[in-house]
Amino acid sequence: MAEPPLRPRRRFRQPSVIPGFGITFGYTLTCLGIIVLLPLAALVARASGLGLSGIWAVATDPRVASALRVSFGVSLLAALTASVFGFLIAWVLTRYRFPGRKIVDAVVDLPFALPTAVAGIALASLYAPNGLVGEQLAKLGIEAAYTPVGIYIAMVFIGLPFAVRTVQPLIVEIDKEIEEASATLGAGRWHTLVKVVLPPLIPAVLTGFALAFARGVGEYGSIIFIAGNLPYVSEIAPLLIVIKLSEFDYGGACAIATIMLGISFLTLLAINLIQAWSRRRFGYV
Amino acid sequence: MGSSTAIRVENLSKTFDTAAVLHDLSLDVQAGELLALLGPSGSGKTTLLRIIAGLDFPDRGRIIFGGDDATRVPVQERAVGFVFQHYALFKHMSVAENIAYGLNARKRADRPAKAEIKRRVGDLLDLIKLSGFADRYPSQLSGGQRQRIALARALAVEPRVLLLDEPFGALDAQVRKDLRRWLREIHDRTGQTTIFVTHDQDEALELSDRVAVLSKGRLEQIGTPDEVQENPVSSTVLKFLGDTIEVEAIVQGGEVRVNGRLTPVKAPAGLVGPVKLYARPWQLQFAEPDQAHLEGHVRSSYRSQGRQRIEVDRPEGKTVVVEASDTHRLAAGRPVGLKIIAGYVFKD
Amino acid sequence: MSSAVVGNPDVRHPNLQAGGPPARARSVVTEGRVVRVVLIGVAVVFLALFLVLPLVTVFIQAFAKGWSAYLAAFTEADARSAIRLTLLTAAIAVPFNLVFGIMASWAIAKFEFRGKNLLVTLIDLPFSVSPVVSGLIYVLVFGAQGLLGPWLIAHDIQVIFAVPGIVLATIFVTFPFVARQLIPLMQEQGTAEEEAALTLGASGWHAFWTVTLPNIRWGLLYSVLLCNARAMGEFGAVSVVSGHIRGLTNTLPLHVEILYNEYNFVASFAVASLLAGLALVTLLVKSLLEWRFSAEIAAGARGH
Repeated sequence: MAEPPLRPRRRFRQPSVIPGFGITFGYTLTCLGIIVLLPLAALVARASGLGLSGIWAVATDPRVASALRVSFGVSLLAALTASVFGFLIAWVLTRYRFPGRKIVDAVVDLPFALPTAVAGIALASLYAPNGLVGEQLAKLGIEAAYTPVGIYIAMVFIGLPFAVRTVQPLIVEIDKEIEEASATLGAGRWHTLVKVVLPPLIPAVLTGFALAFARGVGEYGSIIFIAGNLPYVSEIAPLLIVIKLSEFDYGGACAIATIMLGISFLTLLAINLIQAWSRRRFGYV
Repeated sequence: MGSSTAIRVENLSKTFDTAAVLHDLSLDVQAGELLALLGPSGSGKTTLLRIIAGLDFPDRGRIIFGGDDATRVPVQERAVGFVFQHYALFKHMSVAENIAYGLNARKRADRPAKAEIKRRVGDLLDLIKLSGFADRYPSQLSGGQRQRIALARALAVEPRVLLLDEPFGALDAQVRKDLRRWLREIHDRTGQTTIFVTHDQDEALELSDRVAVLSKGRLEQIGTPDEVQENPVSSTVLKFLGDTIEVEAIVQGGEVRVNGRLTPVKAPAGLVGPVKLYARPWQLQFAEPDQAHLEGHVRSSYRSQGRQRIEVDRPEGKTVVVEASDTHRLAAGRPVGLKIIAGYVFKD
Repeated sequence: MSSAVVGNPDVRHPNLQAGGPPARARSVVTEGRVVRVVLIGVAVVFLALFLVLPLVTVFIQAFAKGWSAYLAAFTEADARSAIRLTLLTAAIAVPFNLVFGIMASWAIAKFEFRGKNLLVTLIDLPFSVSPVVSGLIYVLVFGAQGLLGPWLIAHDIQVIFAVPGIVLATIFVTFPFVARQLIPLMQEQGTAEEEAALTLGASGWHAFWTVTLPNIRWGLLYSVLLCNARAMGEFGAVSVVSGHIRGLTNTLPLHVEILYNEYNFVASFAVASLLAGLALVTLLVKSLLEWRFSAEIAAGARGH
């Protein structure tokens, strides 16, 4: 009892017998610093040189404002579409057995694997007025290529896998006993789906939506070929950065980039909040 | 049994973040003994085992292996055999490769020849009675078989001490029983100093030469299974070792009274005034009201392993369990008197 | 059980009252057959239209003028140098991220330290940055007007509009691939096997090679595959830093763009078909890995 009371210490790291923390942690920080943080800091430094007013001035330039509107507006619509069809596809792939299911499942990842430029020229040639699909759409009075519709199509293409792959693992994990319980309590299938199965999936659907949205806003390669890039009509924000850069207007490029980064961070934040809420509410992400 | 000290644990203290898990704990392990570290979850028993192995580090205190301070010796050089709770078998290696791992990990100069390794693996497989299983993979084995492989793997490096963390925790009841007996046999045959961690009293009492009872990071008592059962040093040890009933009592002049009536229990010297009396279910008897220490009504009675157990509701609302040798059922609701024929008193 | 418990047998449950033959029994945990067929149909048609058709188009357009026109696209010196540069870029970026991924996941998955979540978020950062912005930030550091620009010019080192810039931008966009696959996988596997190896006398390095690496090999292969596909196919970021110098700083995706903008569609799609082929092989191997080693890969697969 002569021993003084131990003061519990908050350590940076719990001691462990596993070796190699110093070197792997140091290497990780070094790489992260040089490859990711330093260049991003350069952007932040440039943008803070402009000041809020400078960024605002660029953002309110009519051409920039229109490009931001197109990027965010169309991406919102595309993410919505991707979420709806993504959910349906995820459901079909996990719940139903049909010939070719595994192939269909593999196809979902195509936009992850296919280089964006390749997707871009393929979509452009398909939806051009004389293209395979464009021709049919033209008969219906829809112009796809070189309009926001084309941008929408490219963004759905690029966002779909995010929507499917965030929801799919959760549908797999649904305990069928819960549905059976609902059925034994007298609920019809539709009632069970809406009241029992869907609510716990909402966070994942929202996360998928946010991911698809963020990806759509930043997307470049698969859009520029089909978009036509008409200022004030079908010009997207990332393209405007490229244009500003080619004019050596670094300030303008940085301002647009900062706005886009800001939106990405807000989206990331939203995803984290959704997941935190989901963990509290449902006990999983 | 020789009485030389194989491992000495001196004044060990350890905190995790904000919670202290070991308080100034000291313990001697005799060479060749089978020692059980018994305690509820959170008592620090697994942490103690891991510190002995060199897998965790104490904030204070020393670990001494046969006279040498091993506190700063890295785990690789401590020569301990550790059997993990979930075995930690290498999934991608065959049974033989798993067992040979420690020998193959040695520097070329110390490594036995291939043929020698093969022979030792064969011997160990014989010892654990899994001779035909050398080329199987862990995923193809049952829980009990994996457990035995993990033990053989730990024995292969000829450790100074064998450490087992909840060795039977993940197994079902029957396999557990068989493995207990088998571990005891192996121990008797090899004379290997062995420490195992368990939260199961029966396991500790049945298997070990000595039991160390841990609670909240402190050593409550260490002794042979008979010692700790017959002479528990605290109510914590007593309660942890089995079902007890607890009643208020008064000590006067070395005599213990419950509800004013004398009991045959003797109080230790120095204990006076209000105390707690603890008794095991078989230290109570049904008695006529004029001889009873306690009263109550029968709630229910049932048979368990050939003995009749009767639950009695006491007037102040507690339910106590009495074990009776007479086997007739008592009707629920019947008033009964209970007489204390033996027990223990502690201040708390 | 007495009938009083289940209710008066004369009063039938409404659903049981309907006359005629009983409906064909089906599982209560699925939808009706018609609904199923319609939903499957919608999903398959949607995927065919939006994802498969563009892929098929690449090959149709590439072979629109026959084999010789297709092959001619690759005999060009510019195409060959684009292939070389793409291979070189991937050959640097993928091993770099492989080593980084293993180091980072070892530090993060095998140890408990404060600020871990922040570190993981920072590693994930490049995924949420637009490819164009990814290129831009390197221009801001290494470009003529950039942070290090004057110093680089003074020492006659060119990063932007040169191969180093392309490699750096590619490393950036593929930075999280290996790490984010391995971290959850290694976390799930815990440290017991490594600890077991250490108690048996193995050094940390020995334990890594004989225990950790075999446990993560398929997840590692999987992530390297995806990392490689992205490294070879990256367009936006590389486009910003490359300067599009034919024969010198053109990667395959950039070459596709140039040919397309010159209305040389057959050559453009021919080169694109090469990249599409790579994507197909990637998908195929990826799917095979997933079917064969689902548990090991699922740990890390939560949308890339």
